[in-house]
Amino acid sequence: MPIPNLLAELSDRLIYSAIAVYALAMLAYAYQAARRSHPVPEDAPRLEPDAAGAHAAVPDPQPPTAGGRPAIRDAAARRTERIAAALTTLAFVLHVAGVVARGLAVGRAPWGNMYEFTTAATLAATAAYLVFLRRGQPVRDLGVWVLALVTLCLGLAVTVLYTPAGDLVPALNSYWLVIHVAAAIIAGGVFTVGAAATGLYLTRRRADARDAGGQATRGYAGRLPAGATLERVAHTAHLFAFPVWTFAVLAGAIWAEDSWGRYWGWDPKETWAFITWVLYAAYLHAQSTAGWRGRKAGWLALAGYAAFWFNFVGVNLFITGLHSYAGV
Amino acid sequence: MTESIGAWPGNAVAEATASRPAEDTLEDTALSHRLEEAARPGVMAVPPRPTGQGLVAWARWAWRTLTSMRTAVLLLLALALAAVPGSLLPQRGVAFDPGAVTRFLADNPVVGPWLDRLGFFEVYSSPWFAAIYLLLMVSMTGCVLPRAARLWQSARAEPPRAPTNLARLDDHRRATVAAEPAQILQAAASHLRARRFRVVVDDDSVRAEKGYLREAGNLVFHLSLLALLFGVAIGSLFGFEGRVIVVEGASFTNTRLQYDEFTPGPLTDAAGLSPFSVTLDDFTARFETAGPQRGSARDFQADLTVLRTPGGPAEKVTVEVNHPLQVEGTKMFLTGHGYAPVVSVIDGRGQTVFSGPVVFVPFDGNLSSEGVIKVPDGQPTQLGFEGFFLPTASVDPAAGPRSLYPDLVDPQLLLTAYTGDLGLGDGAPQSVFRLDKTDLSQVMVGDEPFARALRPGELMTLPGGQGTLTFESVSRFANFQIAHDPGKELSLVAAVALLLGLTVSLAVRRRRVWVRVSAASAGGAATVEAASYALTRREPVPGELSSLLAALPGAEPGGADASPHDRED
Ligand code: HEM
Repeated sequence: MPIPNLLAELSDRLIYSAIAVYALAMLAYAYQAARRSHPVPEDAPRLEPDAAGAHAAVPDPQPPTAGGRPAIRDAAARRTERIAAALTTLAFVLHVAGVVARGLAVGRAPWGNMYEFTTAATLAATAAYLVFLRRGQPVRDLGVWVLALVTLCLGLAVTVLYTPAGDLVPALNSYWLVIHVAAAIIAGGVFTVGAAATGLYLTRRRADARDAGGQATRGYAGRLPAGATLERVAHTAHLFAFPVWTFAVLAGAIWAEDSWGRYWGWDPKETWAFITWVLYAAYLHAQSTAGWRGRKAGWLALAGYAAFWFNFVGVNLFITGLHSYAGV
Repeated sequence: MTESIGAWPGNAVAEATASRPAEDTLEDTALSHRLEEAARPGVMAVPPRPTGQGLVAWARWAWRTLTSMRTAVLLLLALALAAVPGSLLPQRGVAFDPGAVTRFLADNPVVGPWLDRLGFFEVYSSPWFAAIYLLLMVSMTGCVLPRAARLWQSARAEPPRAPTNLARLDDHRRATVAAEPAQILQAAASHLRARRFRVVVDDDSVRAEKGYLREAGNLVFHLSLLALLFGVAIGSLFGFEGRVIVVEGASFTNTRLQYDEFTPGPLTDAAGLSPFSVTLDDFTARFETAGPQRGSARDFQADLTVLRTPGGPAEKVTVEVNHPLQVEGTKMFLTGHGYAPVVSVIDGRGQTVFSGPVVFVPFDGNLSSEGVIKVPDGQPTQLGFEGFFLPTASVDPAAGPRSLYPDLVDPQLLLTAYTGDLGLGDGAPQSVFRLDKTDLSQVMVGDEPFARALRPGELMTLPGGQGTLTFESVSRFANFQIAHDPGKELSLVAAVALLLGLTVSLAVRRRRVWVRVSAASAGGAATVEAASYALTRREPVPGELSSLLAALPGAEPGGADASPHDRED
């Protein structure tokens, strides 16, 4: 068997293994969330001294809780959390290896069709999650959701979207493809963290409004970090992802100019990239607007995320356009 | 604080500190909350309604509303929603399928015309779409330019004095330092200056501010959006787009008449096109020959001879997908290709009345193509042929004639024939790809239509001595898209500025830092308090205060103790 085929096969196996480990990590996160019975007193920004002896931490804006109850974290939940993080890292390593092997097998950037795009975009989502985790951001409650999405998408990728390793149609054979799609993938990964944080923020906020005292204490929401903390995580993610997405759109325009002679033609893909961009711009403005900050801004961010996915799924499958991904 | 629309943060604090003793500034929670709201820009969502009756008051109110942050959010949301229908409904001048709108109108006779009247088939050039983005641009300019003026002022003003209660600020630390107060303040000031803060040293405190670049970046970003819009507008007013099919061996000269399709802007100088001409010498295509993606296109290449000016030197160039030919500001792109069977036709009198390649239009990935051959010079009657060209032929009883592979493995031309009047005489424009059959009758053999499959070199003879057709050989043709966009350079510059401005405005955190020293205690140690305050929605830079305190003379490592805001777990 020639080397490229071996590599392609290896890539498939690695992706399958990654899916299995992701599923385990997700279960570990779910178990951890269920075990943690008390509201964890304060979203404990885990301070990790950096080189300068400073703290890479997000200060907590909440006043200390009235009782001043110290942080009693369930030791078992803590252990599960560590296991979950370790499993996520392992799955991530397998996933990276799978994507790299695919790239070597096809001899180009491995994001030339829907299958490859999905494996790469989910990789970016896990990477973004792990970066946030490593930098001490309070994101552990996002874990189960991000991993659920990653596992689901990878599952669909290997079943429905699977495309055997091969070359590209000429229109995709451009280094702008590498740049444009890479930026879109990175932005998508970080938007995923932003969307998960926003979703939890909205959940927590609703529960806060329901419970007396304005602080949710019961149920799943009661165990989540404070709304302000989640909102800040979401904002940080969006602040990072938005310029990357802007770059992706601009690089796409340059690529379009190179292959079709016009940089913008309201092709459905372009249109939905624009809609995504405008919705996230609206979110960023809403975050600075009284009456919109918080809940309404959160919905705008989720709308932006939905538009991002519609561009990938809906436009590829239901709308025909010039983009050669169309029709898988 | 009346001055509040998109209030420049520096100003808001400066006003607050000017209007009351600095000591009070952050004392009561309500005030500090308000201060925060005003200091972080754009938070005043809607201006209060005017109290007076005057037209001026109302105009001012309307302008402030238009330039308020809430309007910006609503307009952005409106823009996103307005862009949706254009991606779901067929669009004129956008679609790669030019017949889509007509078909949609035919299929939806009730809603169709209404959608048409409301501009839903030209969403992106409709008045309502334009209204939204123009309002957005006006709103943005009205919002951002005054901010620029305030940026200019505040970049030259001193950072405001320290509030009394530093512990209320975003980040706050306290340390005991064994050094003279003056020495401490000097050390703090030089530490901050080295980090490019603007610093003022008072008797017992240091005030510093940094991050003006953020507002500058924000300004550049928003104004580049305007510039980008200008670039787009120039392109669509003065540019053009066109399409042409060129068969191997044939030439194309860049004049309007030679285009198969030409879409100018309202102000395009269609007579002044760049006068180049090209000849398609050779076209090569390479396809995947094996594996699961067998037949997928891999490489196209058009070898052209170009005359950049009439009578100029001939130049050989190769045009590929993603590698256009550029002549002055005009670019010629390879967008597709197909086959043109070369045929010759002899009519009933025995004279050759047609000879040459005929473009057949591909309709699937394996380049199954369909087309017609019109022979108006035929005698005694005109002749028309209709059928398929298949590069790798197979006739599937269920699916009909289909090509199995896009390259020329077993090329066949399948034709039926018509005699009569082609309808070319009445001057009405006719598609070259379709026969107008009103005055034509199909050639029959008994009850069956006459039909033949020809391989290159083969000949078919029409019954009744009406003529013959020979399938000589196969040529290829290439589709080119030719475009000229004079706004492109401006758009590119604007896009780069936009990205830089955005990145700067999101990466830089504008913030203030205050350091205050309390008189040395008996032991000779002074108490130092440091606090920082973010003027943007991002928290102050982590670690900034601790490294400041660590840099003070006589500071014990790790001696800083944080406020409850950032206690450790
Ligand atoms: C095409 C439309 C627009 C786009 C794409 C856009 C985009 C953005 C982005 C990405 C930011 C950075 C957000 C942040 O710092 O968190 C921003 C900030 C800002 N925009 Fe816009 N904007 C647009 C129109 C407007 C309009 C119409 C206004 C005024 C009414 C406006 C006023 C502002 C202000 C005041 C800020 C600073 C907000 C802050 O410091 O938090 N923008 N804009």
